[in-house]
Amino acid sequence: MAIAREHELHKRRSGRNIGLAVVLVGFIALVFGLTIAKVQSGATLQAYDHSYRPALDPDHPRFQQR
Amino acid sequence: MSDIRADFSGPSVAEAGFGDYIALLKPRVMSLVVFTALVGLLVAPGSLHPIEALAAIIFIALGGGASGALNMWWDADIDRVMKRTANRPIPAGRVAPDEAMALGVALSGFAVIMLWLATNALAGALLAFTIFFYAVIYTMWLKRATPQNIVIGGAAGAFPPMIGWVAVTGSVSIEAALMFMLIFMWTPPHFWALALFMKSDYHKARVPMLTVTHGRKATRAHILVYTVALVPFALLAGVTSIGGPVYLALAVGLNLLFLMGAVSIWRRSEAAAQEDGYRAEKRFFRFSLIYLFAHFMAFLLEAALARLPAYAEFAASFSLLGGA
Repeated sequence: MAIAREHELHKRRSGRNIGLAVVLVGFIALVFGLTIAKVQSGATLQAYDHSYRPALDPDHPRFQQR
Repeated sequence: MSDIRADFSGPSVAEAGFGDYIALLKPRVMSLVVFTALVGLLVAPGSLHPIEALAAIIFIALGGGASGALNMWWDADIDRVMKRTANRPIPAGRVAPDEAMALGVALSGFAVIMLWLATNALAGALLAFTIFFYAVIYTMWLKRATPQNIVIGGAAGAFPPMIGWVAVTGSVSIEAALMFMLIFMWTPPHFWALALFMKSDYHKARVPMLTVTHGRKATRAHILVYTVALVPFALLAGVTSIGGPVYLALAVGLNLLFLMGAVSIWRRSEAAAQEDGYRAEKRFFRFSLIYLFAHFMAFLLEAALARLPAYAEFAASFSLLGGA
């Protein structure tokens, strides 16, 4: 048994759903791209990572200018 | 075996298609927002990662679109009365007013936060202010209260290049302010020229348009006054870091022609205008579009030429103001 889609209303709903899907996929791609861009531009950033690293402390004699 | 058929033989149900939601965002206005914001972003000193730049433009455009949806929600009663706007999604019954309002508010918040995250807080704050200015100050308050509504509304349209600039630099400078003033002062003569030859039905909607409240003669004088006031801002931009000899040469020519057009509109009587089918007014309106587009293209051209060291050195001698 097949359900025949007759009404123009179904077309509108389907258009809306497809439109929204395209927008959402585009948004995901954009946020992904932004994440990559932000991480790349912050590539030289370093953190202490659980333990103190004198090389990252500007007040420490072993501080290394990057 | 037979098909199961859904029978919808009744009258067509008014239900929004995807295009109706796009129409709520005023895509034609959005295209101007995209263009001017892109120029602001490209001529600013420094640079963004291309993806960040793309995101910035998308969210600025989305913010502009959101304020358009809020405008359509608030003005649905006016839109219903006027022929030009009667087929917009809300007055035509395709989108419910509450739905448009929800879309406008949600997209506003979304665009502001995303622009902030993609670029910086000041750019996000400026976008938030632009939306607030257009939706609340202009649409809800001043549009129906004063015939200077076009002047005030112009400010909302003038912010995008400034936001583009701030997205890159993180601060407002004289260059960004001059790009703002260029659009801000350009808007009134542009729209009032249109109001002179377009027989609109604003009076039916009780929106105080200058042509109705103060008459056509006063509108012609207003066009001239605002055009005269526009010229210094257009020329001043030429002696900042976004200007240069090419921009200045172009701006001098464009502003001279624009001024001549405004003077000719001011000197004409209504009878003479009616006689030739508002030829001068139509010509001035068309030229106003070229005027703005050419100024922003000239900013872009200067930015491209500045990559040539010899030209950059020559152009620097024109840069008397700012220097961001």
